[in-house]
Amino acid sequence: MSRTALLILADGRFPAGGHAHSGGMEAAVASGGVHDTASLEAFCRGRLHTAGLTAAGLAAAAATGYDALALDEAADTRTPAPTLRRVARRLGRQMMRAVRATWPCAGLDHLARHRPQGAHQPVVLGVAARAAGLTPLDAAHAAVYESVGGPATAAVRLLSLDPFDATGVLARLTDELDAVAGAAADAAERVAAEGVAVLPAASAPLLDITGEQHAAWTVRLFAS
Amino acid sequence: MNGAPRMPALTRAPAGEPPRAGDGTYDRRTAGTGPPDEGAAPGGTFPATGPALTHPAGVLATARIRAAHNGRATTVPLLHSDGPFHLRRLRSRGEWARVCVLGAMSAPLGGDRLALDITAGARARLEVTTAAATIALRGSTTDPATYDVRLTVDEDASLRWLPQPLISARGSTLHQTYRVELAGTSRLLLREEQLLGRTAEPPGHLSTRLTVRRDGRPILDQHTAYGAPAPAWDGPAVLGDHRATGQLLLVDPESGVPPEPVLLGDPTRGHCVLVPLADGPALLATAVAPSPDRLRSLLDAALAHASGAGT
Repeated sequence: MSRTALLILADGRFPAGGHAHSGGMEAAVASGGVHDTASLEAFCRGRLHTAGLTAAGLAAAAATGYDALALDEAADTRTPAPTLRRVARRLGRQMMRAVRATWPCAGLDHLARHRPQGAHQPVVLGVAARAAGLTPLDAAHAAVYESVGGPATAAVRLLSLDPFDATGVLARLTDELDAVAGAAADAAERVAAEGVAVLPAASAPLLDITGEQHAAWTVRLFAS
Repeated sequence: MNGAPRMPALTRAPAGEPPRAGDGTYDRRTAGTGPPDEGAAPGGTFPATGPALTHPAGVLATARIRAAHNGRATTVPLLHSDGPFHLRRLRSRGEWARVCVLGAMSAPLGGDRLALDITAGARARLEVTTAAATIALRGSTTDPATYDVRLTVDEDASLRWLPQPLISARGSTLHQTYRVELAGTSRLLLREEQLLGRTAEPPGHLSTRLTVRRDGRPILDQHTAYGAPAPAWDGPAVLGDHRATGQLLLVDPESGVPPEPVLLGDPTRGHCVLVPLADGPALLATAVAPSPDRLRSLLDAALAHASGAGT
């Protein structure tokens, strides 16, 4: 396994299109829910332990080599909001293009062939991590980091927050990121024996509600 | 693990006593927390079996309802009350058989393990309600309570599960599961409302796992956790300032094309979204609101939209 491969995969500059999405932050800012560093931290913590945990479980399970198509269906059952399903698949398609060029492998080809419109992004991430020689825990780390890194960066742009403050938020969350990634990887270890029901399904009502509201806006800075 | 030695044993058997199933429940029943049980002798409805020994402080109870269709109408051949669940048949309404769950004691309390098993057999029409809100309380221990609701709907059957809200009171810990099994031709209306804390009180901890399978395939899998120690449950990604949240799930194979998402309400007075699930003719409304009344009115409005889509 290569630690550098993980840095490449988790890098915000990796050309997978994530920068166009705020992870619900644009809607949270518009409703007044996020307005300063403290509320940014609460948002990131809440997203980490819900959508982040669920994504990390799927990514780690995909990185074990478990059936990616079954995981893609498991992602659908964990994503009731159609807008968030669409976003996850669009991000998955973009990531697929990038990782197939970076770490070509049969697993990615198989998933791309069966999900031409895009698989859920965490599943693509997990298959790519495996292709890059990374562990399920590595894949979970990449997923949880992305679940808070995207919204924090978006908050800097939306609220003109001090980037040092936003990065400080991420730094304060590192222990929790590690713990959530560990929990996701533990669940993924059991998926081969017990099926997808053992994977986390944590959800957050406001992310689902505001995700759909945001999609109905006519003018927005971020795609989601 | 039992906190009883330091707590006044008001309604439960003292911790030192030999655990006898039914003791605590009898005490709770006579404490005036619910209607008198006219049918069974005290203790008679509680299984004096092994598993209770592992949870001396808690009630172990499984109530069962089974409805069937006899060719002309829906009947309810199985109505098994247990522990805090006192089941009563209500007058049928049209082709719908109706059952009400009455609270026969204060529950769930810490350590309780409660289950409610409801089946609508082929072609049956069954509606199940509860008479009052369910309040999760701490009880005499900080042990978690569990409450498992199993809903099974067979071919061509319809089930409505429309309980009053669940209230998570300060100091309580409740792990709730909903396991819903549907056939391909089943119809389901499920509403669940959760109130976090009584008036001006922080909530206990309430976690809920909802899994819905249709023809053996999962169509919805969701886990929510509110109240400390759930991280940032009151933050802007999860509930914000709202303390009432709920969902409404409608599965109807005869409904038409899944509609576009419906947005209701606003961030201040509570809001709700009604969406089609990825797989199957299923609509899910998710709402958060500042008050139980607002929550109910949002879910009612969502149901009106969903029913409109189904006709």
